[in-house]
Amino acid sequence: MQLQLDGISKQVGADTHIYPLSLSLVPGKINVLLGQTRAGKTTLMRLMAGLDKPSSGRLLADGVDVTGVSVRKRQLAMVYQQFVNYPSFTVFENIASPLRLAGQLGEAEIRSRVEAVADKLHIAHLLQRLPGELSGGQQQRTAMARALVKQAPLLLLDEPLVNLDYKLREELRAELKELFQHSQTTVVYATTEPQEALLLGGNTIVLDQGRLLQQGPTLEVFHHPASMRVAEVFSDPPMNLFAAQVSGAQRAAELGGDIALPLGPHLQALGSERYTLGVRPSHVRLTPASAHDYRLHCEVELAEISGSDTYLHTRHGEISLVAQLPGVHELAPGSAVALYLNPSEVFAFGADGRLAGSPQRRQAQGSAPWPA
Amino acid sequence: MKKRSFGLILYLIFAILPIYWMVNMSLKTNEEITGALSLWPQHLTFDNFRTILTDPAWYGGYINSLIYVLINTVLSVAVALPAAYAFSRYEFLGDKHLFFWLLTNRMSPPAVFLLPFFQLYSSINLFDTHIAVALAHMLFNVPLAVWILEGFMSGVPREIDETAYIDGYSFPRFFIRIFIPLISAGIGVTAFFCFMFSWVELLLARTLTSVEAKPIVAIMTRTVSAAGMDWGVLAAAGVLTIVPGALVIYFVRNYIAKGFAMGRV
Repeated sequence: MQLQLDGISKQVGADTHIYPLSLSLVPGKINVLLGQTRAGKTTLMRLMAGLDKPSSGRLLADGVDVTGVSVRKRQLAMVYQQFVNYPSFTVFENIASPLRLAGQLGEAEIRSRVEAVADKLHIAHLLQRLPGELSGGQQQRTAMARALVKQAPLLLLDEPLVNLDYKLREELRAELKELFQHSQTTVVYATTEPQEALLLGGNTIVLDQGRLLQQGPTLEVFHHPASMRVAEVFSDPPMNLFAAQVSGAQRAAELGGDIALPLGPHLQALGSERYTLGVRPSHVRLTPASAHDYRLHCEVELAEISGSDTYLHTRHGEISLVAQLPGVHELAPGSAVALYLNPSEVFAFGADGRLAGSPQRRQAQGSAPWPA
Repeated sequence: MKKRSFGLILYLIFAILPIYWMVNMSLKTNEEITGALSLWPQHLTFDNFRTILTDPAWYGGYINSLIYVLINTVLSVAVALPAAYAFSRYEFLGDKHLFFWLLTNRMSPPAVFLLPFFQLYSSINLFDTHIAVALAHMLFNVPLAVWILEGFMSGVPREIDETAYIDGYSFPRFFIRIFIPLISAGIGVTAFFCFMFSWVELLLARTLTSVEAKPIVAIMTRTVSAAGMDWGVLAAAGVLTIVPGALVIYFVRNYIAKGFAMGRV
């Protein structure tokens, strides 16, 4: 389905939840709504579904104006952050309910469809239970099965994995991508996590405090964030940012103190003014990756182990720098460490926060966009 | 430990003594009741109960009471369900005020409404009918029912409603198939509160009826005859009056506390 938002805004009382925005979803693909909490993801999704009425603007489905059309008459499915099932129905009846209401299918056809989708989501053995007897992950799978079985042209997923524990989340995330890969459904997936956006691929729409910041193919947005805010939202742990003065002659950025970071080839066009430079934590390393790497002597403040990565919080004079290092590193606070960053991987943002230069992507890279 | 159980036993005795005494009286003859003190019936008799269950003037009172209590309970819950849903789910002009002022009906003593009800029902030929008492009691029960049900309904996440609409449920179908089962405990408790109020209310019930719909509580207050007071029969009537309440309370015993907190625990 081609869903189009035309100047949609939402005001509640004196608060603006969504500032007027226009966007069109890429049909048959995953559209990720990326933004931190209170960015307006849920509000926007409810507007897309027709659960709430926009204060202004129009909503077009396949070119037909559906603004204000009751959600019952729209063809869509939705999965909430909370596990929403009908508590008095068995899992089977829960999944079957949209099919029964459509009233076009025979009992045998309903049974086979429910079983097929339950099989895909690994809840086939739970069909006779009540939702209250299931674990959180199984409840959410039931809710997803009910949304999927309908085969609606528009599927809205509002942070469906956020209330699950870490392991389950990883598992379901991978399965979701599989599920959507071959479907014709236009999927909208709201999340706060950049990783999730990268893993699902497709298209990304970055929201912040009710404003649409950027939209485009996920990798495009990731590699060329239009503004500092987008880079912040689309980076976990947050991007390292430094105020810098670019000096003309040496083509270097003075970061304060004794640091003069040489500018990479993509930043040669910068004028001699103040910029904010950004480096992703994953681009800060313990060992040089190339001869051009810039070495920075830092003092360790904290080594935080998260999953299979270590987040190293360090300081050099006034500058604090976070490095995301693969593997487990035990570095005592206060110890000295040499960190390397490549000038060709540095982002530059102008005084207004807009992107002034982003690293060129090496096409040959070919590996996962989120560095290991 | 021993001290505590002693206190509890003492409390239990005090609590149960009036009820025991009534049961005790109902199984005695009038001579024994008015005679010397006896802790249990010396001449056990079921005559008092037999009188009530065979005399239409007596058992008719129970039937009348049950009829208007049931009408009142069903109507109150039926009216309160949609109202409570609206208060719980929608925002409309003055909703908070209206919700609060609903309860003002319960802030005035029922006697205040005696005269208007009596005059109104007389002039529209509703006097001495079951529906008259049921409608009069609804004035007090509907606000309470709305408050209790609203509490239970607000405990059901709104997302369930929305999911049902997205799935394609029509409102009535959603309400009956999905929503009612979710708040069945609340409906039970609400029905209990309506039942109890209507069952024990005396003033309106007595004033708005004369012969056809005379409730048991009214009959019980008129047992003084030329032959004097019929203590035994009166006690037996009292015992039988407790029974329906006890039965109803048994079914909702687990939810009573939540009901008293208007469903907001």
